[in-house]
Amino acid sequence: MIQLVPRSGNAPLWQIATPVLAVLATMLVGGLIFGLMGYDPVAAIRTIFWDPLFGPASGYSRPQLLVKAAPLILIASGLAIGFRAGIWNIGAEGQYIIGAITGAAVALALYPLEAWWLFPLMVAAGMAGGWAWGMIPALLRNWFGASEILVSLMLVYVAQRVAAWMAFGPMRNPQGMGFPGSRNLQQYPSAANPELIAGTGAHWGVVAAAFAVLATWLLMSRHIRGFHIRAAGTAPRAARFAGVNPATLVAFCLGLSGALAGAAGLFEVAGPAGQITDRIGVGYGFTAIIVAFLGRLHPVGILLAGLLLALTYIGGELAQLTMGLPAATVQVFQGMLLFFLLGFDLLTRFQIRRRITA
Amino acid sequence: MMIDPLSVFLVLLGAATPILFAALGELVAERAGVLNLGVEGMMITGALAGFAAAYASGNPFLGFATAAVAGAAISLLFAALTQVFLSNQVASGLALTLFGLGLAAMLGKPFEGVRAPVMPAGPLRINWIVWLGLVMVPAIWWFLNRTRRGLILRAVGENHDAAHALGYNVRLTRLAAIAFGGAMAGIGGAFISIATVLQWTEGMTAGAGWIALAIVVFSNWTAPGVLAGAWLFGGVTVLQLRLQAAGVAVPVQLLSMAPYLATIIVLVAMSARQKFSRRAGGAAPGSLGTNFHALR
Amino acid sequence: MTADVFRATGIGKSYPGVRANDDVSFSVAPGEIHALLGENGAGKSTLVKMIYGLVRPDQGQMFLSGAPHAPHDPRAARAAGVAMVFQHFSLFDALTVAENVALGMENPPPRRELSARIAQVSRDFGLPLNPARRVVTLSAGERQRVEIIRCLLQDPRLLIMDEPTSVLTPQEAELLFATLRKLAGQGTAILYISHKLDEIRGHCDRATILRHGRVVDSCDPRAHSARELAAMMVGGTMRQIDRSGRQAGEVMLEVAGLSLPAPTREGTALKDVTLTLRAGEILGIGGVAGNGQEELLAALSGEARSAPGRILLEGRDLSASGPDARRRAGLLAAPEDRLGHAAVPDFSLTENTLLTAGPRKGLVRRGMIDHRGARRFAEEVIAAFDVRTPGPGTAAKALSGGNLQKFVIGREVMQAPRVLIVNQPTWGVDAGAAAAVRQSLLDLARQGAGVIVISQDLDELLELSDRFSALNEGRLSPPVPTEGLTLDRIGLMLGGAHGMEEARI
Repeated sequence: MIQLVPRSGNAPLWQIATPVLAVLATMLVGGLIFGLMGYDPVAAIRTIFWDPLFGPASGYSRPQLLVKAAPLILIASGLAIGFRAGIWNIGAEGQYIIGAITGAAVALALYPLEAWWLFPLMVAAGMAGGWAWGMIPALLRNWFGASEILVSLMLVYVAQRVAAWMAFGPMRNPQGMGFPGSRNLQQYPSAANPELIAGTGAHWGVVAAAFAVLATWLLMSRHIRGFHIRAAGTAPRAARFAGVNPATLVAFCLGLSGALAGAAGLFEVAGPAGQITDRIGVGYGFTAIIVAFLGRLHPVGILLAGLLLALTYIGGELAQLTMGLPAATVQVFQGMLLFFLLGFDLLTRFQIRRRITA
Repeated sequence: MMIDPLSVFLVLLGAATPILFAALGELVAERAGVLNLGVEGMMITGALAGFAAAYASGNPFLGFATAAVAGAAISLLFAALTQVFLSNQVASGLALTLFGLGLAAMLGKPFEGVRAPVMPAGPLRINWIVWLGLVMVPAIWWFLNRTRRGLILRAVGENHDAAHALGYNVRLTRLAAIAFGGAMAGIGGAFISIATVLQWTEGMTAGAGWIALAIVVFSNWTAPGVLAGAWLFGGVTVLQLRLQAAGVAVPVQLLSMAPYLATIIVLVAMSARQKFSRRAGGAAPGSLGTNFHALR
Repeated sequence: MTADVFRATGIGKSYPGVRANDDVSFSVAPGEIHALLGENGAGKSTLVKMIYGLVRPDQGQMFLSGAPHAPHDPRAARAAGVAMVFQHFSLFDALTVAENVALGMENPPPRRELSARIAQVSRDFGLPLNPARRVVTLSAGERQRVEIIRCLLQDPRLLIMDEPTSVLTPQEAELLFATLRKLAGQGTAILYISHKLDEIRGHCDRATILRHGRVVDSCDPRAHSARELAAMMVGGTMRQIDRSGRQAGEVMLEVAGLSLPAPTREGTALKDVTLTLRAGEILGIGGVAGNGQEELLAALSGEARSAPGRILLEGRDLSASGPDARRRAGLLAAPEDRLGHAAVPDFSLTENTLLTAGPRKGLVRRGMIDHRGARRFAEEVIAAFDVRTPGPGTAAKALSGGNLQKFVIGREVMQAPRVLIVNQPTWGVDAGAAAAVRQSLLDLARQGAGVIVISQDLDELLELSDRFSALNEGRLSPPVPTEGLTLDRIGLMLGGAHGMEEARI
């Protein structure tokens, strides 16, 4: 008989080992699925995980790594803080979209003004938009006890429709010959978020992501608020005893993760995406949830996990091009990764022992 | 504009049915103490599996049966994570939704652009599955409130430690409740693909699973409440579609927000009632969302 | 031997790292009220869980009426004629009395018939209950009636009662014993678990004493003094408490007309609580569980705020201040629930110092944490309070109840509070740790602090406090001097039998 015995301490080795195990298991089972679908499993795995970095077309795909990882890391850093406190913001996708819209709105309103302060103002507006969108579930939870999970998620659908409305209505490019979508901000020098170092893919969002990792690490490990957040997540009553006001914590966590998601949206719309369209939300907000868990809600882990999931995006596109794998393959991979991670997580919390029966 | 109230009601019934099935299933799971945020993932799985089976066999009813099996099967992934591996229910449910959406999108490619077989109309020209959903409401009420197994299920959801101490199998009860929830969500999803849209498109459940979760809160964890919530949602959807068709001077994109905004509003209203009214009786199951582990 | 209702021979059970039971043998005769006596952690609970089928023994055998008894789950145990009244965890708040009873039976009759039978039994035994009421609306005493009636409806051969009087006033406990006596008179064997010596001496026919999982003695409790029984239970003589050297000084804490609504549906509202606490004084607050103890502690610790002018520490109004500001002013508290309220189970002891000691020990400066300082303070507490642990990096949940309690009390005491409020300071703690905790509270008062001890252990309150107040349904009685106070008088102060008079037989 096998028995689970709760661990008394934290198991640092398993904390690191489980994500690695989860990635390996995902590759294994993913390969199996590809095999069943009639693809060459080894080639598929290599195309997704190896070729983007070292394959023949890596010159194009390598810069994409940072482009894709930056929003994931930025969003996940904020989400992880809330998840630590047991506050479940799963509507980052909506906050990302609204941040893109409010940030872009500043630029579109001031077009064609050229000024050095325009881009910083856009970043502030993007963060404010994401923050405000995140505060809706926070306030509804604090005032009425409404589940922040469901409200934040519903607001994703609302945000998607706001984006569509903007793209077809108020923000439509007057010179766009009737096509939906706003002006392209990449062609508006003061508002553009360009590649900072040629060939790396690094734009301002990458800088912001690096900063977010550092700041959240300081917050969670050195600051008393981070301590309170961690306490509230595992023992809410003890946190209240320590002087934590739960409502403040809800507002802080949802507001912060909203602001970071909003920033990610702004960097995307001013850079890689270029314009507001009805497809501005590409799922970074949801994938970031996986990044946060895969990174064990730890800033450094999130950094690595963000890079890995960015790799699956690029690898997935590559596999779609070269092998004809369906586009949704990446999503399946990401979902599977989270499943395996949650499953293996058992090893960090329990010891497995064989029961001695007399 | 002339609106025939009966035909509006029939459209409402149809619009409410996917949510009704999914929410009834989630109701049973939550009464057993399990919060499964994977409803959306189970619905899309059912939508695809049901459509594929109906298309391949030409028999829509076989499609619904397949959807139920597929929904239950994929819910077992969540069940394994939360009941065996003791993972966090919120995270596991999210994983199920993300995985289900991805899996359906990947496997659904070959079924894009084909049409579902036509369903024979049921009594009063109302779809058989709509009837089934209406029958499930009293059936689930009766099961939960009048049967021994329903009592045990509620006991497990209310206080799993006490239920265990009295000798009831918490894990098995919850596994069954999760699988039932999966089957119901599967049927709900299949109703969208087989009976409403009549074809398969990626992401076609469009948040219906999340709305179902909100409806369970709205219902105060009762089967009649779920019916009321599903009809309310159906009503908002129909109204929104009518307004669109009537060419009201509001952008389509804003009108189509209505179901989601309505969901937020009813969720807030019911949460406030549960929070501020002492007599409302705290209907949320006591052990909802927490895992159970016993040392023997 | 076959005349015994229940017999256990050589029972053993191990958990990883713990030998919970070792070679336990005893027997219970029909009509006997048999006490199972032992300290917390002596293995009483594990033993009865095995009889009730919740846990399987590793070694040994059990017999019920001569037949081998090896239930693989509680339902099998119930079918064999074993019934059990639990200390916690066995009622369902949202369900009705009738539903709760039905869940404890193998083949409950239809609803209407069941309600009739509940009414019948509750009349026969003088335990009034309305089958249609939801358990959440019942008092602690009434809840226990639900459990007892659930057992009685099955005509058990062996009835196990796990610490049943911990939620009852002395008067309610008397009524319970009358019921048990009547049941025993009908031939039912009763296994009665407790660590309360007086009630065992007063009501039990035989006592089996457990220590560290082993049977150390078996005796007629009426033939021994409470002190002798305690010595058998603890293994050695009890440490004497030093109460000397304290004088009441200035007024430290004043609470005036404090009223707060119940924080949750199950909670208790505080009603017009008034008290005065002087330096060097220990005020004992007694009461049956669920009469506002947690709410009172929360109101004093700052977890719950109150209207201005309600709580004054050395003349300063702290009513609107949060826990941090109150700690800075010198008002400290240690809640009842060690794991999850007074300490974060998953955090190390070092981190757990940060929960309360930040402001007074300078462990947090401008928001940034001084980890090294926290570790040093944790080490100081561990050394001064003899906390047995590998080190300050150990997680709180890995400590035994007694050691964690010493740490929690030590963490507050070593911050040199002006006033310290503790709730259930020795609940679930072994005798050695309990004595150490009590002595530290007395020492703190001797150094000029004011101390409030909230407890359900009346002996503890009589031992420690100078004055005694009773907390009953959120109301605090005026204090009386502890000197010369009898248990009977205290019982009446605690609300007597809570309207159970009609139940007298």
